[in-house]
Amino acid sequence: MKKIGVIGAGIMGQGVAYQFAKFDYEVCLIDISQEVLDDSKNKIRNISRLDMLVNREKGPINPTATDNIRYSTDLRDLADADFIVENIIENVDAKTKVYQELSEIIQTTAKVVVNTSCITITRIGSLMKHPENVLGIHFMNPVHMRPTVEVIRGVYTSDESIETALKTLESVNMNGIVVNDSPGFVSNRVLMLTVNEAIFALQDRVADAESIDRIHKECFGHTMGPLETADLIGLDTILYSVEVLYHSFNDSKYRPAPLLKQMVDAGKLGRKSGEGFFKY
Amino acid sequence: MNNQDQIKEFIQKKVGEKVSFSNADDIFKLGLVNSLFALELVVFLENSFGIQVENEDLDLNNFRSVDNMNDFVAKKTA
Ligand SMILES: NC(=O)c1ccc[n+]([C@@H]2O[C@H](COP(=O)([O-])OP(=O)(O)OC[C@H]3O[C@@H](n4cnc5c(N)ncnc54)[C@H](O)[C@@H]3O)[C@@H](O)[C@H]2O)c1
Repeated sequence: MKKIGVIGAGIMGQGVAYQFAKFDYEVCLIDISQEVLDDSKNKIRNISRLDMLVNREKGPINPTATDNIRYSTDLRDLADADFIVENIIENVDAKTKVYQELSEIIQTTAKVVVNTSCITITRIGSLMKHPENVLGIHFMNPVHMRPTVEVIRGVYTSDESIETALKTLESVNMNGIVVNDSPGFVSNRVLMLTVNEAIFALQDRVADAESIDRIHKECFGHTMGPLETADLIGLDTILYSVEVLYHSFNDSKYRPAPLLKQMVDAGKLGRKSGEGFFKY
Repeated sequence: MNNQDQIKEFIQKKVGEKVSFSNADDIFKLGLVNSLFALELVVFLENSFGIQVENEDLDLNNFRSVDNMNDFVAKKTA
C-alpha cells in the first residue's frame, strides 16, 4: 500500500496528512476550499517543525516529509488511493454527500476511514458500495503526539479491513485499540459524561473549579482536570457532544448540565474565547 | 527592552503574572508550559528578532530557558 487520501484539510486532516507523509506515504490532501488548502500547507509545515522540536530524541526525523503531500480540490484525485481518511466537518449531511461521491470514484479494494467523534460508522458504511471496507478511527489532537487511537468496527466492517487499518497505523508508529460501533465509542462516552458531571459538581457548589481539577490531578494523577480539558476542547463542542449522546441513547444520564448551556449562551467557550471555567 | 526581557515578557504573558521563574529555569521541566508552546516560541523569536529558525535548529534545548533562547538569538544574529 502506498497512496493515502486525506479529505478535509482542517486541524485533523493536517495532522493525519503529516503523519503519513512523515513515513513516506504518497499523500493527497483534499478540501473544498483552495484557501483552506493554501493555509494548511503552512500549518503542516509548523506541525513538522513542532514534531522535530518535540520528538527529536524519540526517533529519526524526516525533514522532507511535507514534500510527500499533494493538495487538491478534486475528489477524483483519490481514484487510485489505497487508504482514505475522511476528516471533514462533523455534520451528517456534509459527510453523506462526500461518501456518496466517493463511492463512485474509489477502487473497490480501497479502505475508507471515518475520523469522527460521534457519528456512527455503520451509518456511513451503509452509504457505500463496499461497507465492509469502511471503518472508523478516532484520531486525537494533535495527531502526531497522540499515537494511540480508537479503531471502530462498524456492523459491516470486515476483519480484513480492521487488520489492514491496524497494520497501516503501525507503519506510521501508531497503535489502534479496536472497539465496536456505538455513540461516542469509549473515549467520548466516558470523557463527556465525566466533564458534564464535573460541571454539575461545580454548579451544585460541591467545590470550586480549581479544587475539582486539583482532585483529578493530585489525587488521581491525571495530567489535566476535567474542567481544564473542557476549556481546551471548547464548551460548545462539549455541549454538542453531550447532546449527541443524550439523543443517541435517549438516556437522561447524558443530559447537559444547565451551567454548561448557560456558559455557551454567554459565549464563555474556554481557551478560544479567552474564558471558560478558567481565564486565559 | 533588551532581548532577554522581551523573551521573558512573552513567557510571563503565557504563564500568568503570578508565576515566577528565573532566566535560567527550564520552563518545560518545571511544567510551566507544555511542549506545544515550543512552536509558539519559535514563531515568536522569528517574528521579534528577524531570525530564521532552520530545521537543524529545532532542538528543544535551544528553547528551554530565557538564557538559552537569548544565546540562540545572539548566535543567529551574530
Ligand atoms: N478536533 C479534534 O480534536 C477532533 C478529534 C477527533 C475527531 N475529530 C473529528 O474530525 C473531523 C474533522 O475535525 P476538525 O477539527 O479537523 O474540523 P475542521 O473544521 O478544522 O476541518 C474541517 C475541514 O473540512 C473541510 N470540508 C468541509 N466540507 C468538505 C467537503 N465536502 N469536502 C472536503 N472538505 C470539506 C473544511 O473546509 C475544513 O477545512 C470531525 O468529524 C471531528 O468530529 C476532531
